[in-house]
Amino acid sequence: MITGTPIWVQLVYLACAVSFILALKGLSGPKTARVGNLIGAGAAGVAVLVPFFYLDLDHVVLILLAVAVGSAAGFLGAQRVQMTQMPQMVALFNGVGGGAAALVALLELADFADLVAGQGTADLVPTFDVVATVFTIVVGSVSFSGSIVTFAKLQELMTSRPVLFPGLPLVFGGALLVTLVLAVVVVNEPSTLFGVLLGLIGLVIGALLVLPVGGADVPIVISLLNAFTGLTVAAGGYVLGNVVLLVAGTLVGASGTFLTLLMAGAMGRSVLNILFGAFKGGSTLGAGEASDRPVRSASPEDVAILLGYADRVIVVPGYGLAVAQAQHTLRELVEVLGARGTQVDYAIHPVAGRMPGHMNVLLAEAQVPYEQLIEMDDINGDFKQTDVVLVVGANDVVNPAARTTPSAPIYGMPILNADEAQQVVFMKRSMRPGFAGIENELLFDPRTTMLFGDAKDSLGKLLAAVKTL
Amino acid sequence: MSEPIVWLTIFVLSVFVGIEVIAKVSSTLHTPLMSGANAIHGIILLGAVIVTGSTDNAVATAVGLVAIVLAAVNMVGGFVVTDRMLVMFTRRKPMKRDEVGR
Repeated sequence: MITGTPIWVQLVYLACAVSFILALKGLSGPKTARVGNLIGAGAAGVAVLVPFFYLDLDHVVLILLAVAVGSAAGFLGAQRVQMTQMPQMVALFNGVGGGAAALVALLELADFADLVAGQGTADLVPTFDVVATVFTIVVGSVSFSGSIVTFAKLQELMTSRPVLFPGLPLVFGGALLVTLVLAVVVVNEPSTLFGVLLGLIGLVIGALLVLPVGGADVPIVISLLNAFTGLTVAAGGYVLGNVVLLVAGTLVGASGTFLTLLMAGAMGRSVLNILFGAFKGGSTLGAGEASDRPVRSASPEDVAILLGYADRVIVVPGYGLAVAQAQHTLRELVEVLGARGTQVDYAIHPVAGRMPGHMNVLLAEAQVPYEQLIEMDDINGDFKQTDVVLVVGANDVVNPAARTTPSAPIYGMPILNADEAQQVVFMKRSMRPGFAGIENELLFDPRTTMLFGDAKDSLGKLLAAVKTL
Repeated sequence: MSEPIVWLTIFVLSVFVGIEVIAKVSSTLHTPLMSGANAIHGIILLGAVIVTGSTDNAVATAVGLVAIVLAAVNMVGGFVVTDRMLVMFTRRKPMKRDEVGR
């Protein structure tokens, strides 16, 4: 398959493949990340241009039009999305990539089917090519529908809690079995119709795979589906005999799988448990409703006094902070407290926000100095000597149930030890549980004070009150 | 070497390279890295262009064009959104103060 491609094309493709390696390498270091991303973008751009110069392509105008439409849509979407909504944007981009790979494979399968029908024998089509094509159709479809469901969960178009129905494991197992049977049939005799069927079942499997996953685990699933899409692109590259697709897809597949394991590790979960934990019973289901147990709530002025006369304060920012767009007000508050002589740091849980590292992005956007952002392992020892912990729009990452309640869905996840501090102030809109859908005992602790209200509003009042001290 | 072995070799080596290059990434960069890798698999656009450009069947062409649109969204959108995230990481250097104004 390589034979017949001009040498210069192969050399350009080699250069692009190497660029993708350099891009990933760059992306894994803070100083080189932006350059790495630009190298990747440049290589992708060059690689896409190449076929226009050496192949006698049909429909060039239509193709260019489609590229322009897709590029414009992607560009505008990426430019307009709020940083808080970025996880679902990544999920969406990943999904459409998987869908594209599945469609490309479907067209390849149609070619194989035509070839077989024309020749009257399946001998001319290498079996492994068909296997790779079938793999791409199924996994690409899984990635597409899985990502769309993920998007819907994160965008809160549907509940973020696990969705289960009786017989789900049976339906899931049945769908897998049918896929396997169809795959064997198609590999023996390529057929477009069965290819389409495989794609449709893939869509069902993708949805069934993601529906039972609880909201807090969704980022891990995005990462996993990202790796899936990478592998489908690699398989597509094999079938098309294209080195760039093979190398780029494999790189993403391998690094994506590894990254998924790293993220799951940071949450103290195994990937299998995340995907299939809900199958074993209702253990990942939480109460999901506001409790009416008594809590101690206070006015912004009370909290201002608490903060204003503390020596050491740790801020635990969460997704609620970002949703309220209150990062800037929070940074101002921290600056004023710092000027009063209070030592204030931000404690960043690895999965604060909606994805690992998401909170760093959000606070960097608000120009919080990097030195004040302290990672969990480095700050967890400090809570014992801390006067006040200010939890803004976070919940699950300080929930002691992760340590004490084996039945809780977040059990085993490393948490910030906010419960060890002298005082804890929670800024929340209501008593509603966090993304994981479980109650937080810390809210009812006698050392805890609640400051109810919109984070931006409350922080504004708090800031004004601290200034008058 | 026969051709399938060549492909297998490239595949296996790429797996190791893929793991090796990101093995030491800090959790701060997980999100941009995932997003950047996501953009890289948008290179399926190349495959979509080749397949669409080499068919004369009307249905296949239409399907191919849809694949091209989807792949282009993945590739272009992925790189742009990753860059937006990373600008925020680089901007905290005092030397680059002039970048702040967007």
